[in-house]
Amino acid sequence: MTGDAAKWRPTAGLTALNRRAAMLARLRAFFAERDVLEVETPLLSAETTLDLHLEPLSSTVDAPGIDGRRMYLQTSPELAMKRMLAAGSGSIYQVCKAFRGGERGRWHNPEFTILEWYRVGWDVHRLMREVAALIETLLGGSRRLEPATYVSYADLMRRHAGIDPQEASIQALRRAVADGPSPVDTSGLDRDDLLSRLFGERVEPEFAPDRVTVVFDYPASQAAMAQLNASDPHTAERFEAYVGDIELANGYGELRDPAEQRQRMERDLASRRGTGRPLPPVPSRFLAALESGLPPCAGVALGFDRLLGLDLEAGSIDELISFPIERA
Amino acid sequence: MASYNMNQVRTGLKVLENGEPNVIISCAFIKPGKGQAFTRVKMRNLLNGRVNEKTYKPGDLLEGADVIETSMQYLYTDGEHWFFMNPDTYDQVEADAAALGGTEQWIKEEDICSVTLWNGHPILVAAPNFVTREVVETDPGLKGDTSSGGSKPAKLETGAVVKVPLFIQTGESIRVDTRTGEYVSRGKT
Repeated sequence: MTGDAAKWRPTAGLTALNRRAAMLARLRAFFAERDVLEVETPLLSAETTLDLHLEPLSSTVDAPGIDGRRMYLQTSPELAMKRMLAAGSGSIYQVCKAFRGGERGRWHNPEFTILEWYRVGWDVHRLMREVAALIETLLGGSRRLEPATYVSYADLMRRHAGIDPQEASIQALRRAVADGPSPVDTSGLDRDDLLSRLFGERVEPEFAPDRVTVVFDYPASQAAMAQLNASDPHTAERFEAYVGDIELANGYGELRDPAEQRQRMERDLASRRGTGRPLPPVPSRFLAALESGLPPCAGVALGFDRLLGLDLEAGSIDELISFPIERA
Repeated sequence: MASYNMNQVRTGLKVLENGEPNVIISCAFIKPGKGQAFTRVKMRNLLNGRVNEKTYKPGDLLEGADVIETSMQYLYTDGEHWFFMNPDTYDQVEADAAALGGTEQWIKEEDICSVTLWNGHPILVAAPNFVTREVVETDPGLKGDTSSGGSKPAKLETGAVVKVPLFIQTGESIRVDTRTGEYVSRGKT
């Protein structure tokens, strides 16, 4: 068989399908024990992220009462879940599909499975520990992990890249990126792009393969939807969790101030406009929910397929999902 | 020549980097959840064989290189250039020592070689994987040697020196793997 005829088969083996089902069961047990409610929100929505580094896929929907509405496949369930939190759901989780245009590689598929959860009344450090606990629990069957390590973004950048992320000049960042083992033409890259590149090239490869590494206090310019640190407004209550150099989760002490949130979104929209990128509408229902009041909470999104990949010691996401985009 | 964007780059693609032809040997998509996407590309320079790595942004373009691999017949050498002919069109090209890169020690008139052309000029010549060549010089084997014994150097008519079993004598033909430079068997004559 050649060409498309050979592509009807799933790329995930039976072992992966079994382990996926088993891991989902353990995941639901983990949250049931902790009284976190499982919810479902729409995959297809009129509102989506404006994040500069995410490209939502969209569709035009025709139905009675809805005439040719542009709707977006979610890049994560964040906006809808925060609307549920504002409506008084209490702590919730969801495991569902998310979609990101332009992303395909060894650990990327434009459609993937995401686990997202929110803890009402928790601060970000408490959630960081729960993220490590969840990863350790779900990987417990296949590998023994050393106790998780928690380290700040600035410490890591100083230690492994020789860069102070706050103080370094943009010229110094450009030089560091251009001199790396895999040089990049740095034109058009801003400060955060350069930091992100240095983090990926110099810091991530240093993470221990046998433990969860949680990185916290990201620069305020990379806050995304996290609130700024009250004690140090140069940093945000944002964290990421890794096992080895595999990025698994991204979490926040959630930004609750609607004015600040609107400002960030309009800034992202202006940058999108400047670079000719698609311009989804400002998500007004989401902002109305923040106006009505998001309870203090911390939330996190985790790439479920990648966690399964660590469980199976897989070499790529293709071994974990039934039909990658080329076969979908 | 066409340009390739980051969604089009793939292993095997021939591209220009610093004005020289390269073949892409691997590419990796790198994208933090909240950050700029990059594509890390490893390529081998077709002129000097060196492997380089570079990282590209989504908007970057790679320029395609007009590189093709053809089968051509080896005609002769004047000592400085080696002449090859396309057996279909009878077009001839001349390759220099850099393109031969050692291949000259294996090839003989009429061999069909794999010739890589860049903008029509040969940049790489590969000998047939297996050739049968006459031994022109080797020490006589000692009496009583068997085919399971040791080995000795033997010089071939085309210039290469290969290790052969002790029983091979000057004037015999042997079959050689040109990729490894190893003796395979006695040649059929």
